[in-house]
Amino acid sequence: MDALAEQSPTPQPRGDKFATNIVHFARTLRTAGLRVGPGQVLRAIEAVEAAGLSKRDDFYWTLHSVFVNRRDQREIFDQAFHVYWRNPRLLEKMMEMLLPQVGVPEQDNRKQLSRRLQDALQPGQGEAPKADENEPPEVEVEATFTVSDREVLQKRDFEQMSQSEIDEAIRAISRLRLPVPERRTRRYRPARRGPRIDFRASLRRALRPEGLIELRKREPRRRPPPLVILCDISGSMARYTRMFLHFMHAITNDRDRVYCFTFGTRLNNVTRALRYRDVDIALAKASSQVEDWSGGTRIGQAIHEFNNKWSRRVLGQGAVVLLITDGLDREGAAGLAEEMERLHKSCARLIWLNPLLRYGGYEPKSQGNKAILPHVDEFRPVHNLESLGGLIAALDFKTHAADRRLAGWQTELRTQLRGE
Amino acid sequence: MSSSKPASIDATVELLKAGDYIADRSLATVLYLALKLGRPLFCEGEAGVGKTEIAKVLAATLKRPLIRLQCYEGLDVSSAVYEWNYSRQMIEIRLAEAQGVSDRRELESNIFDERFLIRRPLLEALQPHTEGAPILLIDELDRTDEPFEAYLLEVLSDFQVTIPELGTIKAAQTPIVIITSNRTREIHDALKRRCFYHWVDYPDLKRELEILKVKAPGASERLSRQVVGFVQELRKLDLFKSPGVAESIDWATALSELNALDLDPKTINDTLGILLKYQDDIQRMQGSEAADILRKVKADIAAQPLG
Repeated sequence: MDALAEQSPTPQPRGDKFATNIVHFARTLRTAGLRVGPGQVLRAIEAVEAAGLSKRDDFYWTLHSVFVNRRDQREIFDQAFHVYWRNPRLLEKMMEMLLPQVGVPEQDNRKQLSRRLQDALQPGQGEAPKADENEPPEVEVEATFTVSDREVLQKRDFEQMSQSEIDEAIRAISRLRLPVPERRTRRYRPARRGPRIDFRASLRRALRPEGLIELRKREPRRRPPPLVILCDISGSMARYTRMFLHFMHAITNDRDRVYCFTFGTRLNNVTRALRYRDVDIALAKASSQVEDWSGGTRIGQAIHEFNNKWSRRVLGQGAVVLLITDGLDREGAAGLAEEMERLHKSCARLIWLNPLLRYGGYEPKSQGNKAILPHVDEFRPVHNLESLGGLIAALDFKTHAADRRLAGWQTELRTQLRGE
Repeated sequence: MSSSKPASIDATVELLKAGDYIADRSLATVLYLALKLGRPLFCEGEAGVGKTEIAKVLAATLKRPLIRLQCYEGLDVSSAVYEWNYSRQMIEIRLAEAQGVSDRRELESNIFDERFLIRRPLLEALQPHTEGAPILLIDELDRTDEPFEAYLLEVLSDFQVTIPELGTIKAAQTPIVIITSNRTREIHDALKRRCFYHWVDYPDLKRELEILKVKAPGASERLSRQVVGFVQELRKLDLFKSPGVAESIDWATALSELNALDLDPKTINDTLGILLKYQDDIQRMQGSEAADILRKVKADIAAQPLG
């Protein structure tokens, strides 16, 4: 309160200075990443007027109720509030000092964009080799793909692709459209031969002069279920990671209710980042958020975190989970089986995508694989474009046929467990 | 006769207290603002922290009717807002035919008349009530799907409902709206922006003790202290579902019914099902871990006697 008195000696909320301060505070919050619009500023002024300024605490909670929309914004708000309302001038000065730096990443983006634009206009010339991608120089592939080249590309392992092939594959992924395997919801829509009578439509119809009441029908509306993707980005998956990020981006932008997580040593929710339409911005945002690229794997820990923090928030309404991992766990799969069981029980369908499965003689030998396998509904390879395309069939519940190999492994593992 | 809305934040705290609801200052502030400015209050928080209770207490203390809309997947306009009474409409048509009414326009206005309208909670909340503006509780909004959420936008920003056959119905008095969510999915920002947001947290030790004093008066002071200490420790652990306030109240009540005066590991083991609702959590707590926590709690109490 005393801090406020400094700023506006007479406690008159509507004073110009006061409104300006709220506006500045809102701008501070916006810079800090909160979504604060002008509407909220107006409401904040209105709310402060209503609540009065007699107590600093009340002032805090008044602004809180207007500016904070989600629980995770609380920390930022809290810090901003304490810094700002202690001495607004100080903060303004700090902001001024910070501003040029704040501007930098945007310029950076523009540069990147323009480079991409160049690439698009003159293919082949603007290509600069990137440091982190080791390109095997002996493989030469033509820039334009004939049909048969495409077929080769379909079957080629992501791991063995050259840079240009990877680029082509990424383009193919961005064209990938998952057909919508729909599920019945509890809503209805009018239909010529539905199982239920639509009374409302029938009655409206009855007002026509024909005389007889003609019954109108309705049927359950169908809608794709939510999709949750858990993607392993640890060292052993490094060669695939980029592909999967593109894959996740393509799906996220193709349909609603897709949630994407990455995990290595810790779990990260990258959904919001991947929602950016522009793939470069999306991937840049996602990678700046993730800190454990190509590190170790603690699958058990990651799934545990997902179960505890996220499962109840994203696995509702018949969600399907795609788990992308090779199942190689650094910690000897400690606790993994229990967490997998819980995950399996809280979703409608759990599909495990494992690049290792491409090898003909694959056997679930590692601890991690043994722990995961009993708790999945489906087990598929994911190492080339063809297998990604095959996913489409996997997501379609109707065409799905029982996987004998998976069933065999599962019974084997279960008998082993019982034997122990 | 209804009581008037509280005139200050302090009055709001007192009002809730009169309804046996021990609120912290932050909740009282938000609630006061929501009441004063006539905007919905959006309460989010874990299960069992007293979100729904806010609306009930408010209805009881302000003496307003409580209209509750429990949300579920597939909730649609015909069960949330209004529905036409089809069978009565059919009869009306037959009668009209028998009387030889041939003017179709007249027939239509006869059939789609307010007499045949069945009011569901949202529409009911917009009707005039003699006791004053009602309290509309939209419970567990996260259980519905996005289409219904979008529908709510019109209702919550303008407090009006559009029925194609009748026109737009505006609220007689702005109802007091309280929305709760357990966060089983994120509610869209557009809806949240129209509300005052509040995250209902677990209470701290002092407040939880006060709550138990009011809600579980049978439990002795000593027992309550131990119960609260134990529950507060449990919440620090990484459990799948931490016990809420509702659970501590239940537990304290159950223990006092069992004539327990003092917590001991065996009693805890026997009654753990009241606190924890997941088998893994119970399994983890059974045995030595519960005993360890209890020892710590008792040591804390000994070091810091009541006061």
